[in-house]
Amino acid sequence: MTHRISVTSNIPDSRAQNYLRTLRELFPKSGLSAASLLQVYTIDADLSASELREAAERLTNPITERFSTTQIPAPDSYSCAIEIGFLAGVTDNVGHTARQTIEDCIGREFAEGESVYSSYILFLTGEITSEIAQSMARELYNPLIERATVFSGVQKDFPIVVPKVKLASSEASVAEVNLNVDAAELEKLGKEGIKDSSGVRRGPLSLSLKQLQVIQNHFSKRKRNPTDIELESLAQTWSEHCKHTIFADPLDEIKEGIYRKYIKGATGKIRKEKAKKPVRGTASNGPGDFCVSVFTDNSGAIAFDDRYLVTHKVETHNSPSALDPFGGSVTAIVGVNRDTLGFGLGAKPIVNVYGFCVADPNDTTALYRYSERKQPLLPARRILEGVVRGINAGGNQSGIPTALGFLAVDPSYRGKPLIYGGTIGLIPRKSPSGSRGRPRKLYEKRAQAGDYIVMVGGRVGADGIHGATFSSESLSSGSPATAVQIGDPITQKKLSDAIIREARDAGLYSSITDNGAGGLSGAVGEMAKESGGPSPRRSGLRPREGGCIVDLSTVPLKYPGLAPWQIWLSESQERMTLAVPKKNWTALKKIFDRHNVEATRIGTFTNSGRCIVKFGKEKVMDMEMSFLHDGRPIEVQKSKKPARVNSEPPAAARSSDLSESLLKMLARPNIGSISFISEQYDHEVQGSSVTKPLEGKGRVNADSAVLQPLPDTNRGIVLAHGYCPWYSGIDTYAMAAASIDTAIRNAVCAGASRDYLAILDNFCWSSSNTPERLYELKESARACFDIATAYGTPFISGKDSMFNDFRGFTEDGKKIQISAQPTLLISALGVIPDVTKAMTIDFKQAGDLIYLVGETNDELGASEYFAMLGEEKGNLVPIVDAKKNARIYDALSRAISGKGHTHILENVRMFGCVASAISLGRGGLGVALAKSCVAGQLGASVNLKNIPGDAKQDDSILFSESQGRVLVSVRAGHEKEFENIVRKLPFVKIGTTTDNSNLTLSIGRQYADISVYELTQAYKSFFKNW
Amino acid sequence: MAQRKSEEKRMKKPQVIIFSGYGLNTEDETKTAFEMAGATADIVHINDIIARPAILKKAQIIVFPGGFSYGDDTGSGKAYGNRLKHHLGKELEEFLSRDTLMLGICNGFQIITSAGILPGALIANDPTPQDGGRAGSARYICRWVDLEIKGESPWLKGIKTISVPIAHGEGKYYVPKETLEKIKSEGAIALQYFGGETSKHLNLPANPNGSLENIAGITGYGGRVLGLMPHPERAVRFTQLPHWTYLRESYIRQGAPLPQEGPGLQIFKNAVRYFD
Repeated sequence: MTHRISVTSNIPDSRAQNYLRTLRELFPKSGLSAASLLQVYTIDADLSASELREAAERLTNPITERFSTTQIPAPDSYSCAIEIGFLAGVTDNVGHTARQTIEDCIGREFAEGESVYSSYILFLTGEITSEIAQSMARELYNPLIERATVFSGVQKDFPIVVPKVKLASSEASVAEVNLNVDAAELEKLGKEGIKDSSGVRRGPLSLSLKQLQVIQNHFSKRKRNPTDIELESLAQTWSEHCKHTIFADPLDEIKEGIYRKYIKGATGKIRKEKAKKPVRGTASNGPGDFCVSVFTDNSGAIAFDDRYLVTHKVETHNSPSALDPFGGSVTAIVGVNRDTLGFGLGAKPIVNVYGFCVADPNDTTALYRYSERKQPLLPARRILEGVVRGINAGGNQSGIPTALGFLAVDPSYRGKPLIYGGTIGLIPRKSPSGSRGRPRKLYEKRAQAGDYIVMVGGRVGADGIHGATFSSESLSSGSPATAVQIGDPITQKKLSDAIIREARDAGLYSSITDNGAGGLSGAVGEMAKESGGPSPRRSGLRPREGGCIVDLSTVPLKYPGLAPWQIWLSESQERMTLAVPKKNWTALKKIFDRHNVEATRIGTFTNSGRCIVKFGKEKVMDMEMSFLHDGRPIEVQKSKKPARVNSEPPAAARSSDLSESLLKMLARPNIGSISFISEQYDHEVQGSSVTKPLEGKGRVNADSAVLQPLPDTNRGIVLAHGYCPWYSGIDTYAMAAASIDTAIRNAVCAGASRDYLAILDNFCWSSSNTPERLYELKESARACFDIATAYGTPFISGKDSMFNDFRGFTEDGKKIQISAQPTLLISALGVIPDVTKAMTIDFKQAGDLIYLVGETNDELGASEYFAMLGEEKGNLVPIVDAKKNARIYDALSRAISGKGHTHILENVRMFGCVASAISLGRGGLGVALAKSCVAGQLGASVNLKNIPGDAKQDDSILFSESQGRVLVSVRAGHEKEFENIVRKLPFVKIGTTTDNSNLTLSIGRQYADISVYELTQAYKSFFKNW
Repeated sequence: MAQRKSEEKRMKKPQVIIFSGYGLNTEDETKTAFEMAGATADIVHINDIIARPAILKKAQIIVFPGGFSYGDDTGSGKAYGNRLKHHLGKELEEFLSRDTLMLGICNGFQIITSAGILPGALIANDPTPQDGGRAGSARYICRWVDLEIKGESPWLKGIKTISVPIAHGEGKYYVPKETLEKIKSEGAIALQYFGGETSKHLNLPANPNGSLENIAGITGYGGRVLGLMPHPERAVRFTQLPHWTYLRESYIRQGAPLPQEGPGLQIFKNAVRYFD
């Protein structure tokens, strides 16, 4: 029996007003005058009349809402109604909560197949033709995950829609895949996937011909064909997404691959050096090597203090965010939260960070996946809106503060946006002792042969199938819609509570990992490597390779009819896999039951060296662990230096008025305020916030954040980001070097010290199988090694996404390829002994002295200033001199912390002499000065003559993006102390802060006088109406 | 003897039970705040309380902390409030019939209004134009606010104004006219947003969400139950303030030491003092 409860507001409803405003802006001629909203719960379950009534009462706030169980309480008059609900099988969190409410109310659980589906109806009044109504609907829903029904005129009846998943049961079987075919057919298999019984291809395996031939050979030796699940598992396990083949395989002369040589190699070298010389009396107050677990686990971890480790991991979720920006970015953040929960035996997520690389939201160029204007890409504006909302939902609902983030705008992100999500975690080094057993290291784990394989969290549906192989492909017409998953933060929060609050410290499991890419196949496959053991002594045998035996018929499903390969590969969210010793199963199950989280035994870890998967009695997969994990053929990659010619902007373009240029720069989305994002993300939850995302009176976005994770110690962590993807247009070595330099500089300006700073790398590349891009990749990796080792800042974790390309069609049917510019995000994580020393960017008091430290060179290549002037990138990209810069950063650390001061005043020894510090980044000196003024709502009077460095032209001095520079305001009267610290470095006192509310600049013959009010207005202008 | 004395002191500490589960998420910092104020606080999952409701008998203070119970999916606080009313309605009545205290912060406030313990409803943010809002700019907002203390409550004793952060999407307080008159006459309006220190410093409107009469929190049961949208537990240290690095400069220049505590702590101290 199907029931319908509809709930509507009795009082003015701001959500309806929100729709009204949005649609009015988009359809100014529609004469929209009113909007009202109705929430619909469609209940596909047996309920008595009284149960239905009671359920409706519970879903209604009696003070502000009313309900109906018999009809749709539509307004008396309206021009059209639009109902929007989910497509069958798409995660419906509202429906899920309504179901729990109803189950709680009727005192029984729903039967198999019974469910609640949510939708909403928007009633609109205006001059709305059915055509306009259709266009409005298109603005409101995403056809990949939602359905919209448009009703024109007042309706008598609204049909009930039950989006129940119905899968053809014939699919729920296992197919043999014939590999005795020619090369062309094999290639087709790799590109388009396995054929279903109906002849339809399932979607890309993303296996190369070479890889398929190795598989062909493997199975022909065993005189059989693989099953579909075996082949899908191999495709998944060998994917670029999981094996990072481009970073791992030989490239030119680098036999060990660029990851081992340059990234891991840098960390190895730094750790060796740090271990040799313990740091004396500086920030870390301990051994120089603070790395504890790097590159081995789901996150990287460094020492926080004697009791705790702090972990960090940053992920991207680009392809799904292009299709469903909201779902994609929710999943980005809750997904990376699980990389924290899946570190060691479970770290607690304590901070989220984000980064959005998108096209200008005002760009309205239409693009299509297919020719003839079929399957349009979402407009740039909706992508940004969606991803912003996604991190809002994912982060806020999880109770994890979002402390830091950025927005980068470039036309090359129009095809695929780059959506970064990162999570910092905290984990005790040891579990508590006493009644809960003897303490054990919480940052190490190992599944044991004989442990149960336990899946915890959400259920499995068809969501996200082929996610791992899909993200290894570029976005084109073949992109599967099922590649989209939508996170359910609350299910994950319950899961997280059960693990972190209870199960971990009770010592009930021996290993844990996230079900991310590749779902169970990835998680179980990885953990099964742990359950082997060292080779038996003197036996001469190879080490045991672990193994597992899984029965997929025991896996709880969202709906019936999934084939075994789908269950094995599904990327349904909010799931983790545990290895649970048999004796602990009952106790563990009890904990999860109490937290209302499903936990299911689905198999056993073994040391048979085989990965065996059954479906009931039928064996559907039986493969050697060694082949599954290490059978992949190594690709030899060759790179080629791209020939690139960039022209310089014409001299005439550069002779403009500097005040006007500065105001225009501040109004650019790469520089201006993104407070509309920062303010809608909870950065105060957990009570750990020390410096805020928006700093100073003028609330200027910071490039760093300081947090105090534990209430009983002033010790803090510093987070910062660095990204300079625009420089890739000239030189990717310089791009990577500047990204690292920027991240370190941002961290140091917030109070971090170079000797206790780790970094993470996230490469987002495009067309990575071309020799030119490989050359650029190799160069950027080489820079990573050079700069990280020069600074002594080890990489502790990293990730790459190599195919951020879109192939499609323009409005007039022309083929188009858009490839994201090579982008490297560097995330810095530092530990400081005392958060009361944290530094912010805002000028604090009038009369303070303003200093510029570092050299300003003529380095406007690929700068924001040149981007503002036009197409010409120029050639003089900022070059990092790490040795020089390191001295500047160390001096700034001393000046901020007061460490090493011999000053007579205790306050100077305690708190240094710096009142504000800002790192010079995008937009250079002019922007940094303006931001400090806006943040402090104070004026400044500066003279930019005698600036160290080779920049001579006025605009070059003001907007060059030379690295290694900081702008500092020094407490009045403490100039000597400061100058004493920087005396051997390039520095210049450029002026003072003033309370006359103007920024007064003189450069050479130019003189500019801009009010702080104007600067503030310009800075806040781009996203003013967002 | 010394040991005996400290044990006596410990015995005197009021017992706090902080509810958790289903997406509540600020229980840890709430526990910290109570412990800083000198109470003993335990975080207990609602399902464990439903299984053993007797544990409420030992408590002097019950707290519903902030969070996102059930994701706000069917309306904030609704689903958790229902669960509470349905399974623990009687026990909570018994608890409140004793001389006890109850606190609902943010989602906790939404929960206790949904459960009918305090009057009114919290609906989607809708800042008014005179407060810098635009029609229908309903959105989650995280910032600091300033509150004026109205009415009598043990929780708020000795406080005139206080600055604390908010973080919510549905924080607009609403009651029908008649009820508003009633709570006014009863002095149940406890906290009102006003343009104080932090809003002036940050140039932000006083009322962040369009709340009726700038109401940020109300009391019931003669002031013993306090529900409020802002988060005092996130304002217990000086370095949590939004402008502490600005204030620090003045302290340094005056040669004065930095304060340690934040303004929110007083609320928790008041609760502990109530049981002295």
